[in-house]
Amino acid sequence: MRLELRGITKRFGALVANDHIDLSIEPGEIHCILGENGAGKTTLMNMLYGLLSIDEGEIVIDGVVQHFTSPRDAMRAGIGMVHQHFMLVPVFTVAENVILGHEQTRFAGHLDMAAARVRVKEIAAQFGFHIDPDARIEDLPVGVQQRVEIIKALALDAQVLVFDEPTAVLTPQETDELMAIMRQLRDSGRAIVFITHKLREVREVADRITVVRLGKVVGSVSPGASDAEMASMMVGRAVELTVVKDPPKLGDAALVVEDVSLADRNHVPVLDHISFTVRRGEILAIAGVQGNGQTELVETLFGMKKDASGVATIDGRNLLGIGAREAIRAGVGFVPEDRQEDGLVGEFTIAENLMLNRSSGPPFVRHGSLQLRFRRKFADQKIREFDVRTPSATTRARQLSGGNQQKVVLARELSRDLRLLIAAQPTRGLDVGSIEFVHQRIIAARDEGVPVVMVSTELDEVTALADRIAVMYRGTIVGIVPPDTPRDVLGLMMAGAPVDGPRQAA
Amino acid sequence: MSTEHSGTDTGRAEREGREDTEGSRKDTEDTDVSGGAGTETAEGSAETVEAASETPDAAPPPPLEAHDLTAELPAAPEPRSARFVRELTNGSAAITVLAIFAALVIGAILIVVTDKSTLDALPYFFARPTDTFKAIGSAVGGGYAALFRGGIYDYSQSSFSGGIESLLHSLSFATPLIAAGIGIGIGFRAAVFNIGGQGQMLAGGAVAGWLAYALPIPAILHIPVAVIAALVGGAVAAGIAGVLKATTGAHEVIVTIMLNYIAFYLLGYLLTNVLKAPGSNNPISRPALQSAIFPGTTGGLNIGFAIVVALTIFASWLMNRSSLGFHFRAVGENPSAAKVAGISVKRVTVIVMIVSGAFVGFAGAYQVLGQTTTGFTNALDAGIGFNAITVALLGRNKPWGIFWAGILFGVFQSGGYTMQAAQGIDIDIVLVIQSVIVLFIAAPPLVRAIFRMPEPGHHRTRKAVHTAAVRTGAAA
Repeated sequence: MRLELRGITKRFGALVANDHIDLSIEPGEIHCILGENGAGKTTLMNMLYGLLSIDEGEIVIDGVVQHFTSPRDAMRAGIGMVHQHFMLVPVFTVAENVILGHEQTRFAGHLDMAAARVRVKEIAAQFGFHIDPDARIEDLPVGVQQRVEIIKALALDAQVLVFDEPTAVLTPQETDELMAIMRQLRDSGRAIVFITHKLREVREVADRITVVRLGKVVGSVSPGASDAEMASMMVGRAVELTVVKDPPKLGDAALVVEDVSLADRNHVPVLDHISFTVRRGEILAIAGVQGNGQTELVETLFGMKKDASGVATIDGRNLLGIGAREAIRAGVGFVPEDRQEDGLVGEFTIAENLMLNRSSGPPFVRHGSLQLRFRRKFADQKIREFDVRTPSATTRARQLSGGNQQKVVLARELSRDLRLLIAAQPTRGLDVGSIEFVHQRIIAARDEGVPVVMVSTELDEVTALADRIAVMYRGTIVGIVPPDTPRDVLGLMMAGAPVDGPRQAA
Repeated sequence: MSTEHSGTDTGRAEREGREDTEGSRKDTEDTDVSGGAGTETAEGSAETVEAASETPDAAPPPPLEAHDLTAELPAAPEPRSARFVRELTNGSAAITVLAIFAALVIGAILIVVTDKSTLDALPYFFARPTDTFKAIGSAVGGGYAALFRGGIYDYSQSSFSGGIESLLHSLSFATPLIAAGIGIGIGFRAAVFNIGGQGQMLAGGAVAGWLAYALPIPAILHIPVAVIAALVGGAVAAGIAGVLKATTGAHEVIVTIMLNYIAFYLLGYLLTNVLKAPGSNNPISRPALQSAIFPGTTGGLNIGFAIVVALTIFASWLMNRSSLGFHFRAVGENPSAAKVAGISVKRVTVIVMIVSGAFVGFAGAYQVLGQTTTGFTNALDAGIGFNAITVALLGRNKPWGIFWAGILFGVFQSGGYTMQAAQGIDIDIVLVIQSVIVLFIAAPPLVRAIFRMPEPGHHRTRKAVHTAAVRTGAAA
């Protein structure tokens, strides 16, 4: 099956998300769509999958123009999609999820589960997966859940499989396995569309690479191209891929965490006897697959978990359970993982967001009154200093791009006198330019002697920034290792394998 | 929506007595234009005041509904003229004018189909169509002329002071609506849904009314004491809901609604047993002492309106310029971010309720000290507690917006009596017309759909795309 996109255009108001995009996707080929966040990759795929209407242009399959109005149409035409966020029902079994929406029934609406089980096993066997059709989704590891998504698409006989940023939730090992599956699918004659912004993965599997920037196809690169070539094409200018930083000038131990534990509502431990220290002028990166307690750890260190046990102090001052207000007062800077939910008030202006956590006293408030003139001056200055691309300081935060939103959060946190900086997923969803900027700022804070705790699920980021790496798995710290630890070792640790003694760098 | 008539019995009797029933005719066109333009400037200036106080040296912020994606693109300045045209077609001023126009058209239809002389002329329409058209013209024109005479300026009066009495009367109706509306609107801004306007008015009004007859002190002290007591009464009544929400998570909508009943029946009990005026058979209190009554004009306007103007100025400062208002808005827009920023959401919830209740409490005080001073009952709120919700929404929850929305309501209320008395238009139809106007003003997308205006921030060339799709795309 040959899929062609001809002159696809999509506008959202004045923003042209896709501008006359032409693509052809051939069977037996892995076609990478490489582009930054916001380049229009997902928009394009949503149109291909019938989730968005097309303003101009057409989708052509084997010479026939298609009109998709819903994903059902797309599926019927042989297009399958593995979403960034899985579309599975957690309490259903694998087989139930696979037939969901396309249930085969015998008489009186009785579900033909036996047939479904057989189908799952067939497909799994064909591609060498091991999967129990009766396992419940919520009990399966993320990597396996993703395979269920793949099986789901294959059960409908998809000839074109779209993978939308599939590796964001995977460990390095799981990523490798996924790559192998993708190759197998290709060899079976299917066409694979692989959407990503990670150069390493592209280089590894792509047969053809199309680079998208600002809604336009900017060209193709051969899989043999260097990272620098691909990155500069993606961003539109030369990019510094490696983070330049001086060796750390380590000071005293500032953040001391001893035996910190926390249970969730069902008394399941989410933090399990965590201990580490961070010295002044040091970046401790917390690596690990998403959802292994990192979120809870940073919230605990920010004083927001009332029932955490153990000890966590910054310069001798307790942090546990003191609340955000006191943590801010103690000099903790916090870049939350979900900036739109926890970091910013979308309807507030940039200037208002910049004073968000200093809204009770000087310099922004005097005698209960907002100091608008000061706020305005402050905002203008920070906008310049942090290179926030905005028409003005009175632009609402929600109207900014992700990168600019994060710059506002960073500007707010870094313009206080910090004793500790906690940055959770500080570059998630950002464009390359903003990532560079955020990295520089974090390193600058560290060089000024601020201890930094940074959580990231991206190994590249972890190894680039960290002075030491703590790997988290199921609420525990598996080990603390130096930044030059090989990726495969880190990968094993992320999957819970303990490290051998000499690597420990506590 | 409840647009129930909120005048007290005395108020109504007084109005109807004053009506002149000769019913002078005037062009509908005239009423249309003046009514529309009046409200337009009202809304317009409200917006400007808001914008100015929030960001003194900046362009007014885009309308609330704007999914303006243009800002995503760094520095793509739109030509000034194009922007002007877009704001003209999309701006809230245009929406308001069109909303009123649309509502007046629908109102005209309603007047016509319920007008007896039109219905009488209809059967012989093909024989003498002019009769029908005449009847329609006089029904609609007369109806709206009456609305104008009763609500804004009575041109049938010989003197200016007599004519302007209509407006003064409208303002006096508007006074408690504005106070209560601002109270409720402050709650909405902080995402606290105070549905307890009735209970808080009863609490504030009862305390003020009791002090008004029971405390024989000079006027210079009597009015402030009674008013402050009313603010406290309203604040306590609302504060209960705030504290319960903050400590137990009980939803304020349920709690405030139930507090309405509690206040209503408790006050009923007190009025039959403790507070009842001696010698009266009805559950009504003694009349207020002269020293507690708001001094005012013959038109019914009194010092209460001046206090409400001051309250509006204060509320505007509170919401836009104060640290407390900043906390209110932060919690209202994004409680998680507020919490991470060290703002105590629980504390803010309690304070918002107290502030909200105090404003509503003033509306209660106005009812007993400025409106019906001959003794209060447990119906002293006269539906204002609920109408205030509509007024708050109509005013987009901004103090000056609510101020003008309250005045619009006052004009309708005052003019509505005249429509009824002078034109014989059923009071229910008057209320339906009012409701339709509010419906249109409060729902800009509806007006945009009727007049095929583009969504704000989106250019005309854009094809209609479902909002959800836009969001998906924006997130992508």
